Amino acid sequence: MIGAVRERTLTPVSEADLSRMLRIRHFEKALLRLFEQGRLNGTTHTCLGQEHVPVAVSALLSPDDHVFSNHRGHGHFLARYDEPHALLAEITGREGALCNGVGGSQHIYHERFLSTGVQGESLPVAVGVALRHRRTGDGIACAYIGDGTWGEGSVYEALNMAQLWGAPLLVVVEHNRIAQSTPTEAQLAGSIAGRCAGFGVRHERVESVDVNVVRGALAPLVEYVRREKRPAVFEASVHRAGPHSKGDDTRTAAELAEAAAGDWYAHYTRDFPAQVAALEEIERAFVDAAVENVLARPLSEWS
Amino acid sequence: MRVAEHLNRSLHTLMENDPSVHLLGEDVSDPYGGAFKITKGLSDRFGPRVMSTPLSEGGIVGVGAGLALAGDRAIVEIMFGDFATLAFDQLVNFAAKSTTMYGRRVDVPLIVRLPTGGRRGYGPTHSQSLQKHFIGVPGLSVYEMSPFHDAGRLFTEIFDSGRPAVFFEDKVLYTKPMLSGGDGLHTFEVRDGWAVIRAERDTEHVLLAPGGLTDRALAALRDLLLEDEIACTLLVPARLHPLDVTPVADVLAAARRVHVAEDGTAGGTWGAEVARLLHERLWGRLTAPITHISAPDSIIPTAAHLEARCTVQPADIRRAINT
Repeated sequence: MIGAVRERTLTPVSEADLSRMLRIRHFEKALLRLFEQGRLNGTTHTCLGQEHVPVAVSALLSPDDHVFSNHRGHGHFLARYDEPHALLAEITGREGALCNGVGGSQHIYHERFLSTGVQGESLPVAVGVALRHRRTGDGIACAYIGDGTWGEGSVYEALNMAQLWGAPLLVVVEHNRIAQSTPTEAQLAGSIAGRCAGFGVRHERVESVDVNVVRGALAPLVEYVRREKRPAVFEASVHRAGPHSKGDDTRTAAELAEAAAGDWYAHYTRDFPAQVAALEEIERAFVDAAVENVLARPLSEWS
Repeated sequence: MRVAEHLNRSLHTLMENDPSVHLLGEDVSDPYGGAFKITKGLSDRFGPRVMSTPLSEGGIVGVGAGLALAGDRAIVEIMFGDFATLAFDQLVNFAAKSTTMYGRRVDVPLIVRLPTGGRRGYGPTHSQSLQKHFIGVPGLSVYEMSPFHDAGRLFTEIFDSGRPAVFFEDKVLYTKPMLSGGDGLHTFEVRDGWAVIRAERDTEHVLLAPGGLTDRALAALRDLLLEDEIACTLLVPARLHPLDVTPVADVLAAARRVHVAEDGTAGGTWGAEVARLLHERLWGRLTAPITHISAPDSIIPTAAHLEARCTVQPADIRRAINT
C-alpha cells in the first residue's frame, strides 16, 4: 500500500506547468458539467487529481517519441498537444475532431499519440513500436497505464519481451489506489515494484504531487530508456479526486476526503494561492470559450 | 514442390524483396525453423528480422501490430491455430479495429499465420479449425492457403491491402504437392484469388471449399465423376472473408446445385455465411437448398479412428453431393 501523499511545501512552479495542469483540470470539469446537462453522449473517464503526472512526463518527451494512452487519457493528450479544441470536438462529435468522432474519449490516434480502451492491450503494441525505435534510434515508446492494469496478462508478456529484446519502453503507472470501484489492496497482490523486479526491469516510484519532484524523479529514468535502450517502469502515486467515469463513486466520505487532500490542486492552492487564482481564471475562461466554440460547430462526418 | 516448401520459399522471397518485413513466432529461428519448418533458413539469412519469441501469443500479435503501425510489415506465426484464441483481443480489438476506429484509414500490414486442422492425431487443443471465429470481424481479412495459390502473391496482396489478416494453413496440406495444370480428369485454373477445378464447363454441381479441403474434395470429385457420373466444379477461394464471388460468377450462374464444405465444426460457420450470400444471388435458379458439409459439433479426438469420425472425409463430401 502506498502511503498518502504528504507535501509540506511545494517547489516553485513554472507558469507553463501550472497553466497546463489547470487547463486539464477545467477541461475535465467542463466534461462532467456537460454530462450533467445531458449534452455529452456515452461515457468519459476524467483524470482529476492526476493532471500533474502527464504534465511532468510530457516535458521529457520528444516529438519523435510515441505515447500510448488509456481510457483515462485526456490529460495525457492535453499535456502533449496544444489542441484542446480538437480533443473536445472528438469527445462531442463535432467538426475538427481528432478522429472524426469515431474514437471518442478513449480511442485517439494523433501524430505519435495513440489510445485504446482495453486494459493492457497497448503494452505489447508499444513493445513493437519501441523495437522499431531501437532499430532507427529516433525515440522511445511511452505507455501510460493504471494500477488496475496490472491484473492483465498482456502487461507481463510485454515486460518480458521488452526486457529480453531491449525495447526502449517507458511505462508510466498512475497508481491512483483504485480500479473503478475496487481498492488496489483488493486487486493487486504483492507490489508493482516486486513484479518489475521479477523481470529485471528497472522501477522507480515517486510519491509527490509536486510536478517538479515528479519530473525530477522521472528524468533519469527517461534518460536510461533512451540511452540504454531498455524498458523502465515509473510509478507515480496519485489520488483519483473524481469518479471512475461519471457519478459512479462509491467511496466513503472519509475516503473521498483523503483523495481530496491528496489532490495536487489542494496543495498548489494552499502554497501558491495568488498564482493559481490568476492562472485559473485564464484557463477557466479559455476552456469555457472552447466549449462554446466546439459545441457551436456542425456534427463531425465520417466516410 | 510440397506446400510447406512453397510457403518457406515464399517467405524467403518476401523477406529478400522487402526489408520492412519482420517475422515473429515461437521457435521460428534456425536450426529449428518452426514446428512445421515453414520458417527454416529465415533467421540465418535475415538475422534480427526473424525473432523467436516467448510463449506469448497475445503479446507477439500485439508486437506485430506495433511494428506494422510504426511502418514495418509483420508476419506472426502462431504454432497451432487453436492458440489464436490467446491473441483474440489483439486481433479483434486492436489490429482490426485500428484500421477504422481512429476515424480515418490506418494501415496495419500484419499477417498472423495459423497452422490449422486435424488428421494428424494432435488431439482436441491442437487440431481445431477456428476460421469461423474470425468471420465478420470489421477490418480483418481471413485467408486460407491452398495448393493452387501462390503464397507470396497472397502475402503481398494482404500487406498492400493495409488490413490485418489471419492466414490459415492446413497442417496436412503442408505435406501435399502444389498443384497446377490438372489431374488428368480436371483442369486447374487460377483467376483473381479463386481456383477453378473442373472436368467440363458449366457443371450442374458446384462445390466451394477452402484450400485445406483440397485433397478430400478432389478425391470426392474423382469418385463422383468416375463412379456416379456426376461432374462437379470445385471452387477454392484464397480469401474466405470478405468473400468476393464476382470472379467466379459465370461458374455459379450455371450451377443448379451448390455445396459448401469446410473443416470447422457445425454451427455459426463460414459455410453458413457463404450459403447466405449465394442464396441471395442464386435463389430461383437452384433446384435445392445449398448443401453444407462440416465437421460435427464436437471436439477433435486424438485416436485415429475417433478423429476420422470428427473430421470431414471424402466420402462425406461425395455423399452430400450425390444424394
